[in-house]
Amino acid sequence: MLFTSFGFILFLAILFPLYYLVPKRLQWMLLLAASYVFYAFAGWGCLIFIAVTTVTCWYASLRMDRLQKRQSLYLKARKEALTSGEKKAYKAQVKRKKLGWFLAALLLNFGILAVLKYTNFAIVNLNAVSALFGGGQLQLVDLLLPMGISFYTFQTIGYVIDVYRGKYPPQESLPRFALFVSFFPQLVQGPISRYDDLAPHLLGEHPFDRRTVSFGLQRILWGYFKKMVVADRLLTAVTAIIGAPETYDGIFVLLGMFLYALELYADFTGGIDITIGIANTLGVPVKENFIRPYFSKNIEEYWRRWHITMGTWFRDYIFYPVSVSRPMLSISKKSRSLLGPELGKRVPVYLATLITWFATGIWHGASWNFIVWGLLNGVVIIISQECAPLYRRFHERFPKVGATFGWRLFQVVRTFWLMSALRSLDCYRDVPLTFSMVGTIFTRFSLTPLFDGSLLELGLGAGDWIVAGLGCLLILGVSLRQRRGSVREQLERSPAAARYAVAFGLTFAVLVFGAYGVGYDASQFIYNQF
Amino acid sequence: MTFDELLEILSDLHPEVDFATETGLIDNKVLDSFDIVSIVTEISANFDVSIPAGEIVPENFNSAQALFELVERLSDED
Repeated sequence: MLFTSFGFILFLAILFPLYYLVPKRLQWMLLLAASYVFYAFAGWGCLIFIAVTTVTCWYASLRMDRLQKRQSLYLKARKEALTSGEKKAYKAQVKRKKLGWFLAALLLNFGILAVLKYTNFAIVNLNAVSALFGGGQLQLVDLLLPMGISFYTFQTIGYVIDVYRGKYPPQESLPRFALFVSFFPQLVQGPISRYDDLAPHLLGEHPFDRRTVSFGLQRILWGYFKKMVVADRLLTAVTAIIGAPETYDGIFVLLGMFLYALELYADFTGGIDITIGIANTLGVPVKENFIRPYFSKNIEEYWRRWHITMGTWFRDYIFYPVSVSRPMLSISKKSRSLLGPELGKRVPVYLATLITWFATGIWHGASWNFIVWGLLNGVVIIISQECAPLYRRFHERFPKVGATFGWRLFQVVRTFWLMSALRSLDCYRDVPLTFSMVGTIFTRFSLTPLFDGSLLELGLGAGDWIVAGLGCLLILGVSLRQRRGSVREQLERSPAAARYAVAFGLTFAVLVFGAYGVGYDASQFIYNQF
Repeated sequence: MTFDELLEILSDLHPEVDFATETGLIDNKVLDSFDIVSIVTEISANFDVSIPAGEIVPENFNSAQALFELVERLSDED
């Protein structure tokens, strides 16, 4: 059930009144039922996978907690009787058992994700290697990929890791935990929430609050506008450009990068607006996933502002544990003695960066394009770290330059184009083709196609270009307003006529220029496939 | 490890920051994830105290004092 389908709107129209009519203590149960109904529309088979993840992670977390509690009681009762060595031995024994449950939950659930998502990728690569040696070929297998599996698996594994670390006690109730795993607005494309942020709100009681619901509805409307008026329209042109690389090279590759950057932003942030908006109308706050990322001045800042919940997940559960692991600390010692303290201490951090970005790449999809994309992000971050002293010296020499608008604009434009160039790996069918197409920007550069009517052959008429352009300008305008705080709060302070005009204008735009007006079908969100 | 030795590690990373008084090192984005890992590896290399990943949370890294208390606690546990 797509967010953009009539079925989904009907689903919400039934859920909302029910949610505020049922006794407050039953609201979470209704949400759980609604989430499973929503997920069942993706296919009955999907339900089995999410149920397995829910039950196994819930049970393993409870077992880990029981072990920890038993240890506390045991040591308290025998505080005087046990020697320090005996206490240590007992703790080590408990730690081993806890680790057993922890690893079982991790391996099972990452195993399910790996088998469903990466089996065919592994087969394709094995076949390629086998072909080199004249060996046989394996058949690809037909596997179900449950909707949002990467998102809910990561969210649930994050919970297991937190319980293992003792960050919070586990959820004792299986149905309550099941709601945390399956909360329907964020099942499709995140955000990847943390249990201690989300669960208290999901399980709390929510009286109807006109302002919160109204803010939520505004956010939903804004999301639909971005997705259906801007993203789905630009998708046509982007598909035309990347679908015919032999025709559309040179300046078209650059144009494709630019349009894809706008499309992806409108698509993904539009989807997240709908998600957060729906959650808000249910009285549930959800963490923001984007903070105007295209205004970032460098790649590190960009990744702190784009798909934030994914970035922090990889930071907290991959980057930090890998960086401070025993093997990495011993590499650190060796590299310091080999390369000196300055360079040596950076080696393990950079190694952990590459490992994290490899994981981020492969999380996005089972293809070399994503792996190379991830690794290139890591490489660019490392290069920018290494260049930091150069920039520092530059600013010491020219202290006034850094404060100018021109310099900040240069940084923003540089970061935007760098990220757009890396993102072209999302678009073309393989890595060599991507590199050769990006190369044509320099070897076959000509501005003529921009003015000879070629743009009108990309599937969009002049009217569509104008609508998409105005839509992008509106998104830019809203982003600029956001720098002064919540746009909805600013709107709230404006006269009623202005508020209604905005609401009607956006609704009109979605209905007329969206999926229903110009013969398009609302398409799947890009991040659904992850 | 003394508090002054910790301040020295921190000041090496960001000489421009007054670590003795700053209490929002994470919240105010003074330290990024690279800085944090550098601090953890420095402490491990020089003072033989391992800071597990689960302890890398804002509350433990927002001020030099909080970080010092964390290191003291972890040393005691060892």
